[in-house]
Amino acid sequence: MPDLADIYHVLLLRDYNTRLVVVCTLLLGCACGLMGGFLLLRKRSLMGDTLSHATLPGIGLAFIVSVTLGLEGKSLPVLLLGAVLSGVLGCWVVLLIRNHSRIKDDAAMGIVLSVFFGAGVAVLGVAQTMPAGSAAGLESFIYGKTASMVWGDFQILMAVTGAVLLLSILLFKEFRLLCFDEDFAAAQGWPVRWLDVLLLALVALVTVAGLQAVGLILIIAFLITPAAAARFWSERLDSMLILSAGIGAFSGWLGASVSAFFPRMPAGAVIVLVAAGCFLISMLLGKERGVLVRLYRHARLKRDIGRQHLLRALYEIIEADDPQVPEMAIRPVAFRQVRGRRTWSDSMLKRYMRQAYQAGLIEESGGEIITLTEAGLAEAAQVTRNHRLWEMYLIEYADVATSRVDRDADAVEHILGERMVATLEAKLMQLHEAGGPAVPVSPHPIRPVD
Amino acid sequence: MMMTWYAIDTWIVVVGCLAAVACALPGNFLVLRKMSMMGDAISHAVLPGLAIAFIVTGARASLTMFIAAAIVGVLTAVFTQWISKFGKVDRGASMGIVFTTLFALGLILIVRAADHVDLDPSCVLYGAIELTPLDVVWRPELFGQTLDVPRAALILAGVTLLNLLFIVIFFKELRISSFDPELATTMGINAGLMHYLLMTLVAITTVAAFEAVGSIIVIAMLITPAAAAHLLTDRLASMIVISVVLAMLSAVLGHLSALIVPGWFGYAGTSTAGMMAVMSGVIFAVVLLFAPRYGILKLGPARHSD
Repeated sequence: MPDLADIYHVLLLRDYNTRLVVVCTLLLGCACGLMGGFLLLRKRSLMGDTLSHATLPGIGLAFIVSVTLGLEGKSLPVLLLGAVLSGVLGCWVVLLIRNHSRIKDDAAMGIVLSVFFGAGVAVLGVAQTMPAGSAAGLESFIYGKTASMVWGDFQILMAVTGAVLLLSILLFKEFRLLCFDEDFAAAQGWPVRWLDVLLLALVALVTVAGLQAVGLILIIAFLITPAAAARFWSERLDSMLILSAGIGAFSGWLGASVSAFFPRMPAGAVIVLVAAGCFLISMLLGKERGVLVRLYRHARLKRDIGRQHLLRALYEIIEADDPQVPEMAIRPVAFRQVRGRRTWSDSMLKRYMRQAYQAGLIEESGGEIITLTEAGLAEAAQVTRNHRLWEMYLIEYADVATSRVDRDADAVEHILGERMVATLEAKLMQLHEAGGPAVPVSPHPIRPVD
Repeated sequence: MMMTWYAIDTWIVVVGCLAAVACALPGNFLVLRKMSMMGDAISHAVLPGLAIAFIVTGARASLTMFIAAAIVGVLTAVFTQWISKFGKVDRGASMGIVFTTLFALGLILIVRAADHVDLDPSCVLYGAIELTPLDVVWRPELFGQTLDVPRAALILAGVTLLNLLFIVIFFKELRISSFDPELATTMGINAGLMHYLLMTLVAITTVAAFEAVGSIIVIAMLITPAAAAHLLTDRLASMIVISVVLAMLSAVLGHLSALIVPGWFGYAGTSTAGMMAVMSGVIFAVVLLFAPRYGILKLGPARHSD
């Protein structure tokens, strides 16, 4: 085990070699996180997978061409150029297949991945038989060498990260439109196809720059996992992208540092695991779409619906007893009577009563008699009013039959916002007697109480 | 251009055809279910299975490794399904997260155990179809001649048969649950069970085939022939038949072109697996352009909707 001094040494980037690796993976995580956010929203997360496999024929051809021309075959700029060109070609073919045929994104990506990769293997097979230059180790280009990055890699990554950041800030509005409503953007006259190609070209740039530094699997993970993790925390594109870039950078930093502590810990793999850990935590705890938050919201909605049903049942029973009295008076109602209004079990109704009692809406819970409080009556009137407004809207504007409007209104009324209620009031109250009762009369006969 | 053809070449083509058909059969359903990348995901994700089987048994016994890999393959499908269901994550993204994580886990296992284990991660990605005829396990007499049947041919024939049986037996269930899972549920078909059965089959096929011939052929043949067939017909049964024919064609043309094409430029042969993938791509490109109704050029009569 490493001692504390070692940990301190690595985390503060004292060691030159570690410093380079950590800073490189941090930068790359940032750039990939950013691009991955766009890819995720376009439902093209696996594009990184396709792209990184599609670079192989370009690498092989670049080698063959430069050796044939009598140049040094394994010079980095030549190989990178070949990789970017064939990667972008691969993306273009994916778009071509997807835009011009019934084949969907996933199959198009799979076809390009396998066919380009196969072509790459075939080209490398040829390159290996070439008399001049040694092609050995070319295929390791795409499997990376995380632990042995050099100053040149750092420069390339700096340039690429800078370019990607700059372009995504400049074109943020266009890319956002592309991600959320492609058809609308096209109708507005944006060159959607070209924006799509540009976005993928940026992804290709990041992928190729990262590929020879950290390898295929890490790049694929970097393009998917931080973005998917960030999606749980925010519904807004800008904050999601910032978070995604942050998670990518964090995984790169922590993973590379941890792998520096232990002997024989491949940095790329550790970074992937750190990112996966971030994803799992986000999936559970995410503020907007996390599993726990969604469970909580669901439970709360169920509780609200139950309470509203209880209040409306009480209101309608009181109303039916004495429709002549203009002012609703609080009157005790028998449990059995409420129970008969809906298909709910004793235990469900008791639970709703307990919750209503805790909220101060009814006098006591557990007894055979239910009595509303003042606040309870006010809220019951409000709930009933919303229900009936919505029913009337459905009848007037959506042509729902009067006999089934109760059921239909039930499905939506609990999530009516204040603005929606105001709109309904404005639309409906002028149709009916102006200045009528605060709670409109039910448009359908209320089921007789047993 | 002269070309020499040995008995070995015949066996390479036979093994290639069997691998192609074994993959193309379940591939049809992957394409229809928009899960085409599953083959690629599984072929990366099985690494920890291989590593654990190898570390535990300490030998390259192919049966244990096969079983472990197939189990991890099925787990890949299960985890992908869970994440996309419970986390409401896009299926492609959840697939990517699962297979990169599993691969990373496998890589760490292998590197950590490197002291006493000799397992090259790249052997997972490159099986060698060229070497399959050398591993002969069965020499039946046929018409007075001895046939040297390679192990890969027997395994892949078995997998092909399994896939064929599965599709014939569950054809109705597969069809309905691929096109309309909700309808399937109302008809009393367990769409979830069909999904996992299919994924198990894909995992077995993928692992068996890439152990025999390499992952490139597997990934290509799972998707490309089925996608080409999808452009040629609307009927599932004919789509499956066409995909099988195109898969075999890719395998035959692939080996031929691996021997011939490099010669045009003055080089010796190249990778058969790579060229089989390329040929499936060429066939797909031809279909994409010239398919009567769904091709880019739309050569066929337009469909009249009345």
